[in-house]
Amino acid sequence: MKARIHVTLKNGVLDPQGKAIEHTLGSLGFDGVNEARQGKFIELDIAETDEAKARETVTAMCEKLLANTVIENYSIDLEQ
Amino acid sequence: MSEITPEIVAEHGINEEEYALVLEIMGREPNLLELGIFSVMWSEHCSYKSSKKWLKTLPTEGPQVIMGPGENAGVIDIGDGNAAIFKMESHNHPSFIEPYQGAATGVGGILRDVFTMGARPIANVNALRFGEPDHPKTRHLVSGVVAGVGGYGNCVGVPTVAGEVEFDPSYNGNILVNAMTVGLAKADRIFTAQASGVGNPVVYVGSKTGRDGIHGATMASAEFDDASDEKRPTVQVGDPFTEKLLIEACLELMQTDAIVAIQDMGAAGLTSSSFEMASSGDMGVELNLDQVPQREEGMTPYEMMLSESQERMLIILKPGKEDLARSIMEKWDLDFAVIGTLTDSKRMVLKFHGDTVGDLPIKPLAHHSPEYDRPWVSTPDSKDVLASDINEATDTTDALKTLISSANMSSRRWVWEQYDHMVMGDTIQRPGGDAGVVRVHGTNRALAVTSDCTPRYCKANPVRGGAQAVAETYRNITAVGATPLAITDNMNFGNPERPEIMGQFVGCIEGMRDACLALDYPVVSGNVSLYNETNGKGILPTPVIGGVGLLKDSTKTATVAFESEGESLVLIGSSIGHVGMSIYLDVIEGRREGNAPIVDLAAERKNGDFVRSQIEGGFVKSCHDLSDGGLAAAVADMAIASNMGAEVIKPAEVETPTTAWLFGEDQGRYLISIGDAESLLEAAEEAGVSAVVVGRTGGNDLTLPGGSTISVAELRTCNEAWMPNYMAG
Repeated sequence: MKARIHVTLKNGVLDPQGKAIEHTLGSLGFDGVNEARQGKFIELDIAETDEAKARETVTAMCEKLLANTVIENYSIDLEQ
Repeated sequence: MSEITPEIVAEHGINEEEYALVLEIMGREPNLLELGIFSVMWSEHCSYKSSKKWLKTLPTEGPQVIMGPGENAGVIDIGDGNAAIFKMESHNHPSFIEPYQGAATGVGGILRDVFTMGARPIANVNALRFGEPDHPKTRHLVSGVVAGVGGYGNCVGVPTVAGEVEFDPSYNGNILVNAMTVGLAKADRIFTAQASGVGNPVVYVGSKTGRDGIHGATMASAEFDDASDEKRPTVQVGDPFTEKLLIEACLELMQTDAIVAIQDMGAAGLTSSSFEMASSGDMGVELNLDQVPQREEGMTPYEMMLSESQERMLIILKPGKEDLARSIMEKWDLDFAVIGTLTDSKRMVLKFHGDTVGDLPIKPLAHHSPEYDRPWVSTPDSKDVLASDINEATDTTDALKTLISSANMSSRRWVWEQYDHMVMGDTIQRPGGDAGVVRVHGTNRALAVTSDCTPRYCKANPVRGGAQAVAETYRNITAVGATPLAITDNMNFGNPERPEIMGQFVGCIEGMRDACLALDYPVVSGNVSLYNETNGKGILPTPVIGGVGLLKDSTKTATVAFESEGESLVLIGSSIGHVGMSIYLDVIEGRREGNAPIVDLAAERKNGDFVRSQIEGGFVKSCHDLSDGGLAAAVADMAIASNMGAEVIKPAEVETPTTAWLFGEDQGRYLISIGDAESLLEAAEEAGVSAVVVGRTGGNDLTLPGGSTISVAELRTCNEAWMPNYMAG
């Protein structure tokens, strides 16, 4: 099963990298970008076939390693 | 129906007595915004309400002092029309919650305290304390904090040249991250936070305001409990690249004649910066919060006034200088906004969407904050452990090996190699020696900086421990040949409402005071961090001292490395073999017992003056102060640093048992390696300083009395392995 995980900064947390993207897009002439927020995308190929169990495991992975839950949110998509 | 319930008051950390004072000052019930402002202004962090009474007893004056405590940082004269500006500040609680960002914003905050006064930051120092290595959180915290300190300091381009890392179970739930910055300014171009001139514009520059760390200043004064993991407020995130722009922009603006007063927005952000500026100039302020640059939509006045967004400054400009300041800030890509004006009302008036949303008197809030004379009890005397009370080591070399491979004695190379300690090109002595040494750019002078504290001594005997922390910085600065000029202090303690904790605080201050007076070494800035407790268990009392000294001729300095083979090792200072509370007793015998060593301040000064004169005279090039692990540990450090062996020989007349003589932690001592020992001994005798030859350098091995021989290569491996192995575990 494939697990696709998006990790993003929580609302309101300063995103210096997003700020740099926004600023650079502007200076390259891409007008009209009001805000840029960036995060990371992680894809795992896991042996588990039961969706509920897989979600439980991946959630634990996010809590322990993949996301810094103090400042980041995560979302998990599973695909057989 | 009142907006302010007793629950809301309590949530703001204001007790009943304090709330009565709030009502008296306001003459009416405050609204939520006003209550929030009281709460941050009267938090322990901003008001020093438990510590003020005692801090006042510290000596803060001397011919070298240009500005003492009370400003953003202390200022001392370093000659040639230059001044050094420095301070140390804690970021303990935020670093426990989010180690990378907590440590990073700690570094950012202390940098701003220094450049806000007109100084270019030239050196950073970090004193870090973590829980026991086996605690499940420790490795994660070490890794995050070290990366955060390095990440911010390296990106902003200021070298980290000195510091400490220590482990102890008492810090399991409360780590300490104490960051210090030293900056360089022209002595006649110092900027302060004193507002003046009715009608002058109040200007906001830097990053936009978001909902970062709201109530961080209040959080820093509250004890943790197990639930605090859940109610984590938004963590501040630092942006070192913006900080770099802010440094350059502010220093450029300072070259013009536009600034009346300037203050960084640190803890309690816009609130404390505006109140401090207005109160030190006895002025009033009217702020239009609609003008505050905002990162998020729908921010309330409460959030704007209490936000701790990083990389922001508040400036009072001279009239008509707005366009000049705006053009400089815009050139550096920073936000600029005129958000208010100075008034003569002596009140803070806050406007939002055309309404007055807050109206508070400034002086009573800033100056009449509660001040507590908290009850305290002296720490009872500990029964000392005598040199004759410990077992003789079966092999002193084996004991040394164990000692220097232990968590607290092992090399910190793994840590400081992650810090850029060479950026700016003026670093003369890197971390790993007694003090970091940085050249005063473009001159032959240099500053020596160090931080020290021995918390286990402070626990056993706060008065001796406080004196020892000051004396150890004095010694470290002296050991590189510099003259110690002044200190900053970062007082980290448990809950001051417990008399025994307050007693530790009072005792440490007394010891520090004695040492500062005896060594002509005043306190010019500092910070207090109380309530470092989890579930009622306090940290070891940890008054971290940051010392700054001056090398008038940077070529006349000493390092910890031996110069050449066949030199004599000369021990300066007398040894009785004090083993109480020593690292040896702790690591080898598993006993943390006894009293802290006596600090003979007269001897400390005499020995220091003597060693310094020998280095200044160019006679001594290799010198190390003795601290944890005593003579044996010092010889090992020097051998490792020079990749050269040595033999330690116990003089026949010494009656102290060998183990205590080698590992005892008597204070006021230095180890010197020198070719012409005769002249040094003569000079010492003339100066009335105890000096004795205790061995010679040479070969590839280290030999101790009562011990076998060990190669320097093996010593280094033992010493350097612990930290990387631990972090890899």
